Amino acid sequence: MATDKREQPVAGQSSRSTNGAAAPALHRPIGLLAELTHRCPLGCPYCSNPLALDARERELDTQTWARVLDEAATLGVLQVHLSGGEPGARRDLVEITAAARSSGLYTNLITSAVGVTASTLEKLVAAGLDHVQISIQDSEPDSADKIANYAGAFARKKALADRVVALKVPLTINCVVHRANIDRIAAMVELAVSLGASRVEIAHVQYYGWALRNRESLMPTADQVPRAVKAVEDLRKRYHGKIVIDAVLPDYYARFPKPCVGGWGRRSLNVTPAGKVLPCHAAEVIPNLEFWHVQDHSLADIWANSPAFQAFRGTAWMKDPCRSCERRDIDYGGCRCQAFMLTGDAAAADPVCHLSPHHADVIALAARHHDVPYSYRLNPRKADSDVPLG
Amino acid sequence: MTEAAAIPLDARPRLPHGVRLVHNEAHGGWVLLAPERVFKADPIAAEIVKRCTGQATVTAIVDDLVQAYSAPRDRVLADVSALLRQLADRRLLEL
Repeated sequence: MATDKREQPVAGQSSRSTNGAAAPALHRPIGLLAELTHRCPLGCPYCSNPLALDARERELDTQTWARVLDEAATLGVLQVHLSGGEPGARRDLVEITAAARSSGLYTNLITSAVGVTASTLEKLVAAGLDHVQISIQDSEPDSADKIANYAGAFARKKALADRVVALKVPLTINCVVHRANIDRIAAMVELAVSLGASRVEIAHVQYYGWALRNRESLMPTADQVPRAVKAVEDLRKRYHGKIVIDAVLPDYYARFPKPCVGGWGRRSLNVTPAGKVLPCHAAEVIPNLEFWHVQDHSLADIWANSPAFQAFRGTAWMKDPCRSCERRDIDYGGCRCQAFMLTGDAAAADPVCHLSPHHADVIALAARHHDVPYSYRLNPRKADSDVPLG
Repeated sequence: MTEAAAIPLDARPRLPHGVRLVHNEAHGGWVLLAPERVFKADPIAAEIVKRCTGQATVTAIVDDLVQAYSAPRDRVLADVSALLRQLADRRLLEL
């Protein structure tokens, strides 16, 4: 998981805030990232999950997920992204998918493909699965397996992609891009086309969680980035109407920050395997935020009232240059987690922004490349292993 | 619009698996749900998309809308063609 979720605005959202004139407008969320488990058979060096993973015995049970998903639909969530870790490691994935669909949610499975068998896939589709996203690590099998630290992963991804397309379910191929494979974007998009995908994401690695450890091994070079931009432009022309290509500039090379999660507490929410509700995937890196759990509060209560969601909602928390910036309602000051990680202040401008006083640090970090072996995320080999990872 | 003219009138457009038009009370209207995307559908777009069942031809859809809304046919045809082309280019519609 290292992707920007960019969804079109849904108009007509009313301000439901009752906390007085100073309180920011309370929008309805449209997306929920359900991290069903942190267990994963792959060992990707760019894993954006936190350093401390939730152990299997702390994972929410089937009934709790069903309740949370139903609350999400009532709250306004339209799409649920069933993710992880590898969601296929959950033996109740089919039941959870059926529960999501019966609550009216659009269901998206985000999988490494390792751990989802053809027979599980058929059951998922029968349960109402709407869309499948499969990540690939490279267009070259050997390199892909090396990056994933899992021999044979590439072949299994292709095999599952074939099954998805054969069942006429829309397929997105998520290409996780970094220094070792960024020069093969065209080959990866061609692979996605040949697999029958309707959509491909060029997802540049973002440096959160485990990925931060490997930043110097993963960071693309200043020569590679403009080539990648040109490659995407050419591919979009070539495959117009054939495949949708979503791509953004790699973070550290941008002049403006990404509108992270569409604005804090504005568009989406994230539920961890153990039931903690986060405004974004990486929010736990920010110290002193108080997160609430689905075991203790309804999702609507958490969305409206939990201190973590209120912390950076709206614009009142901003400092300059964001506070007076004409783009403050476009990119919302960028990513709070990145601001904290790179400046020590979670309320600072995301230093990816060229207006940030810390922007020179980002340029310096983007120039640091060191070809040392990856530090792999060492997980048990079996997706359904009983060994806790915590 | 030359692109819009490319929609064949005898095509029977339909939403592919994974694209759904739903009415959502929380969001106060029709939304088109698609892979990693959510589109607010205005009432006109919703009326067009509702008719994309795979059964009706483009001609039949236009005729139906002309009758239902007492609207000029060339205007309806232009609206329908433009929307269908836009959706098809985004892989949200099969022709």
